[in-house]
Amino acid sequence: MNYFLRKNVNRLMLFATFICAILAMIPLVLIFSDLLIRGGGALNFDFFTQLPKPVGETGGGMANAIAGTLMLILTASAMGVPVGVMGGIYLAEFGKGRFSSWVRFSADVLSGTPSIVIGIFAYTLFVLPMKGFSGVSGSFALAIIMIPIILRTTEEMMRLVPVSLREGALALGIHRWKMLTFVVLKTAASGIITAIMLAVARIAGETAPLLFTTLGNQYWNFSPLEPTAALPLQIYTFSISPYEDWQRQALAGAFVLIVIIFLLNALSRLIFHENKN
Amino acid sequence: MKIKIEKLNAWFGKNQALKNVSLAIPVNTVLAVIGPSGCGKSTLVRCLNRMHETIGSAKWEGKIVLDEESIADFDPVTLRRRVGMIFQRPNPFPTMSILENVTAGLRLNGMRNKKELESIAEISLKKAALWEEVKEKLHQPGVSLSGGQQQRLCIARALAVDPEVLLMDEPCSSLDPISTTHIEELIHELREHYTIVIVTHNMQQAARVSDDTAFLYMGDLVEHGATKKLFTNPKEKRTEEYITGRFG
Repeated sequence: MNYFLRKNVNRLMLFATFICAILAMIPLVLIFSDLLIRGGGALNFDFFTQLPKPVGETGGGMANAIAGTLMLILTASAMGVPVGVMGGIYLAEFGKGRFSSWVRFSADVLSGTPSIVIGIFAYTLFVLPMKGFSGVSGSFALAIIMIPIILRTTEEMMRLVPVSLREGALALGIHRWKMLTFVVLKTAASGIITAIMLAVARIAGETAPLLFTTLGNQYWNFSPLEPTAALPLQIYTFSISPYEDWQRQALAGAFVLIVIIFLLNALSRLIFHENKN
Repeated sequence: MKIKIEKLNAWFGKNQALKNVSLAIPVNTVLAVIGPSGCGKSTLVRCLNRMHETIGSAKWEGKIVLDEESIADFDPVTLRRRVGMIFQRPNPFPTMSILENVTAGLRLNGMRNKKELESIAEISLKKAALWEEVKEKLHQPGVSLSGGQQQRLCIARALAVDPEVLLMDEPCSSLDPISTTHIEELIHELREHYTIVIVTHNMQQAARVSDDTAFLYMGDLVEHGATKKLFTNPKEKRTEEYITGRFG
């Protein structure tokens, strides 16, 4: 191949990779700008303070759905974070045999399981025996989605802590559990917190597992045993409705949700970099 | 004798790293352990504080006696408070400040009294010849120090738990010549109060800092004796060949 041909092929390929990199970014840019223009316009103070209005009345908001989503995330984290973190510690520090490789394998499969399947699982386990939809069954489904993410990342982060630090601590006459808690876990903490934030960002937008667990609610509800409103559910219900006012509200809700997820991602990056330096 | 080793055998899985090693270390002396890579130097010192057995497949047999008491009867945690260790690469805890690093061993074993902790930290940092360099910045991260300072910080951290024996596993191998000199001078001072075992690749260093030297080759203790004698008039042919640089 002569020099000029080679140089031009190089230019062409470089251009192709550049275009693909741009393509990867375009969907987010389009979604975000569209939501900003159409949904942002429908945003007002009422959106964060009012209940949804019935069809025909204008105005209203999604205050109950925002509160519901926060409540679901908190209860799901209360269930999922301890299981994920402690399980990850076990895998990193004590898990050497076949059992551990099975746990790892199941976690990897679980994180690839469609969330609607997890929703059906929670439905069978909670909603059917309790004879009713409830927030807690939705939180349970969301916790199942969180666990494999947190479990595997905790394990990875603990493994990244060098052997020299563990030995340094043991050689000082420090008990193993203290070494794990105050040296290894503390060193891995920023990575684990990042994983938790990303898991929260992931479940914040989940809709499918909530469809037949949490169900949704047009009114305030703070009992975990009652159907609860959630942002993704409200967006779903409103956006497929034929009413223009509801559709505008759905866009505003989607905008709020994406901003929340954006902030969670940004925060997790900040925590990770802060601790690295 | 501070430490007596009798017929020590050590393995990694099926690989025998030490074969029938017997030697004794008098109180407040420095023993240098020399030998080519893979000869079992590190394994020998790691047996003395029972760090060897923390590796999955590792085991050891034989008798190691600290002050008339077999270390096999010790709780390893208690033993390690009496037998401190400095590693090849400085390993300060990255999440802790200089002060927290020095007092880590004490704090994690339950000491809470802030005044007492600070005074022990000062004494330990002075013993490690680091106090003058860090007294203004005790609350900065331990990893912000230079490599040589970090290694002295690790020495201070080991001294803070008040050990009787110090094991040093090639403590200067990752340091520049000036930092190496600092550590060697430090060993000279520490020998008055501590029994020290130092593993080194550097024969000049062994000759400079130690009272006795042990030469290990392929897991065997080839020769052990007064450093001066071993370096000027070795009994064994293999020792002579090694110290004159003909192999290893």
